[in-house]
Amino acid sequence: MSQKIKDATIPSIPTKARISRWFGRNMLRIYMLFGFTYLFIPVAYTFVFSFNDSGKSNLIWKGFTLSNWQNPCGAPEVCNALGNSIKIGFLATLFATILGTMIAFAIGRYKFKGRSGSNLLIFLPMATPEIVLGASLLSLFLVFKINPGFWPTVFAHVTFCISFVVVTVKARIASLDPRLEQAAMDLYANEFETFRRVTLPLVAPGIAGAALLAFSLSFDDFIITNFNSGTLITFPKFVYISAARGIPAQANVIGSAMFFLALAIVIAIQLVNRKKAR
Amino acid sequence: MSNDAISARGDLRLTRITKSYGDFTAVDDLTLTIPKGSFFALLGPSGCGKTTTLRMVAGLEEPTVGSIHLGDTDITTTRPYQRPINTVFQNYALFPHLSIFENIAFGLRRRGIKDVKEQVDKVLNLVELPHLAERKPTQLSGGQQQRIALARAIVNRPALLLLDEPLGALDLKLRRQMQIELKWIQREVGLTFVHVTHDQEEAMTMADTIAVMNEGRIEQMGSPADLYDNPETAFVANFLGQSNLIKARIEGTDGDNLVIDIFGQKISMPKKRSHAVDNSMYAGIRPEKFRISLVGTPTRGNTLTGGHIEDVSYIGVSTQYVVAMPWGQELMVFEQNDDGVAPFDKGDEVVISWEPTFTFGLRGDEDVDAGTEVNPEEPAEE
Repeated sequence: MSQKIKDATIPSIPTKARISRWFGRNMLRIYMLFGFTYLFIPVAYTFVFSFNDSGKSNLIWKGFTLSNWQNPCGAPEVCNALGNSIKIGFLATLFATILGTMIAFAIGRYKFKGRSGSNLLIFLPMATPEIVLGASLLSLFLVFKINPGFWPTVFAHVTFCISFVVVTVKARIASLDPRLEQAAMDLYANEFETFRRVTLPLVAPGIAGAALLAFSLSFDDFIITNFNSGTLITFPKFVYISAARGIPAQANVIGSAMFFLALAIVIAIQLVNRKKAR
Repeated sequence: MSNDAISARGDLRLTRITKSYGDFTAVDDLTLTIPKGSFFALLGPSGCGKTTTLRMVAGLEEPTVGSIHLGDTDITTTRPYQRPINTVFQNYALFPHLSIFENIAFGLRRRGIKDVKEQVDKVLNLVELPHLAERKPTQLSGGQQQRIALARAIVNRPALLLLDEPLGALDLKLRRQMQIELKWIQREVGLTFVHVTHDQEEAMTMADTIAVMNEGRIEQMGSPADLYDNPETAFVANFLGQSNLIKARIEGTDGDNLVIDIFGQKISMPKKRSHAVDNSMYAGIRPEKFRISLVGTPTRGNTLTGGHIEDVSYIGVSTQYVVAMPWGQELMVFEQNDDGVAPFDKGDEVVISWEPTFTFGLRGDEDVDAGTEVNPEEPAEE
């Protein structure tokens, strides 16, 4: 009897153990697989449907075509909207990066009255709900009798991008060894030369990262833009408006292209860094 | 004024320098002259004010009170880049984004020198690393970075070269080698070197003159031999090597000598080696100056009887004895192992003797433990 039980149970234990061991070893990979699937299914969907021979509405698969990619401006207004978004993004990035970098240096490097206050206030636009920021900016413009449009949108984007630039650049400045600047001064570089030859080159990667972040935030923004752009159409606005009557496949083309461009930039930075480290 | 500071040459004179941070006084009424062409060491434990002093000379800090002159030029408030002074920083501070060549050329280029190649190559040869010109600093070992930091400073041929714990990050063997090399380079280029360190051996090996600093003041200044043979304070006696400090009374004089009473036993010492201000004194003797003899064998010079061997440590080159004296003090004695065998055993009744001229006298109100509690291996961040 006891012999029988042994025979029946013993072989099953190693099997169980083997399975649980296999899970133990591969759990992380399984998690990763699910995680990335979850993250990338929408992107994949967007990419696949950029090849849809859709006609008016791009909701149902009707057949493969390259015509959307060959003619990305085919849908009315799409390239005009894209152009506006790029222009706004470029200007907002430029101003936000310059101003934000200067603020980051001021807060990161100098002691002055109201420093900790400024440090706190700079986080405020990040924490404020966009809907509030967008609405209050609009009322501000209206008080000053400025009509919504291109420049108010740029202005609005600068206000929320600055915070992100300051945070990014400040982190880089904090990691900078102050002795390097002292060494430069010791080696006959005055304040300006020290900044130009040592400080700026060493903080530059942080500034570049901040600029990329600012651009993608600006390019992406819908809520604040919707309040302050008036009749001007940006790319997110275009997608939102067309959602009511069907988004053209060209929007998928542009969305996919932006994704691959961002991916290419990230990969290029990684490669450059790896080469530098070697 | 500040424009001609860059061409100033001569002795460095610090006059009544004080540097305070709030309530804390880092440097306290310091007056010091460093002669042109010398290798000068500021030696002291961490927090003694030596690095602050160096930073004031470099122009990275401004003194609260006092003045700094280089030759006849007042450089107290001159900006660092307007001083003919270069620094080898602790941890080197090489520019990570520039090649070794550009690191070394940095100072030359900032002074508007166009043709830098010859000078950079020359100094790279001096530090024996000409093959590394195109590398980045992170690709170099610690010892190589140290030499490049030195090259980057001396290529400018400054009136004064400051070295802030330059060998602190190197291992012992490399440190020994660099000590000798630094000394050689200093003679070769003929610049004034001011060296800050907490390592007494490093200071003794390299410097012509050492100023021992403690709590923002200079305790004593002199050649390494002077400081070791005749320390003026308990701090110097303990910080540079080891000392036996024995409570004593001055009984009277005998020609050029003082007659000293140590717990009822009489010894003598040269009058001029006493820094006591009244009758009370600490008699100081270095452990290697003592001789040990068994009771009943003949002795020379000063003797102290009634001791017995408490502990024996065989070190190889020498044997260290701890001798317990009748008044309860334990004395440290180092004996050379000339005959290869430790001749005394624990418990032996012994007599201690030494030449009277090796004795130094400290003030009787000194703290005998001053300078022993600091850990000289601790990195000196100030």
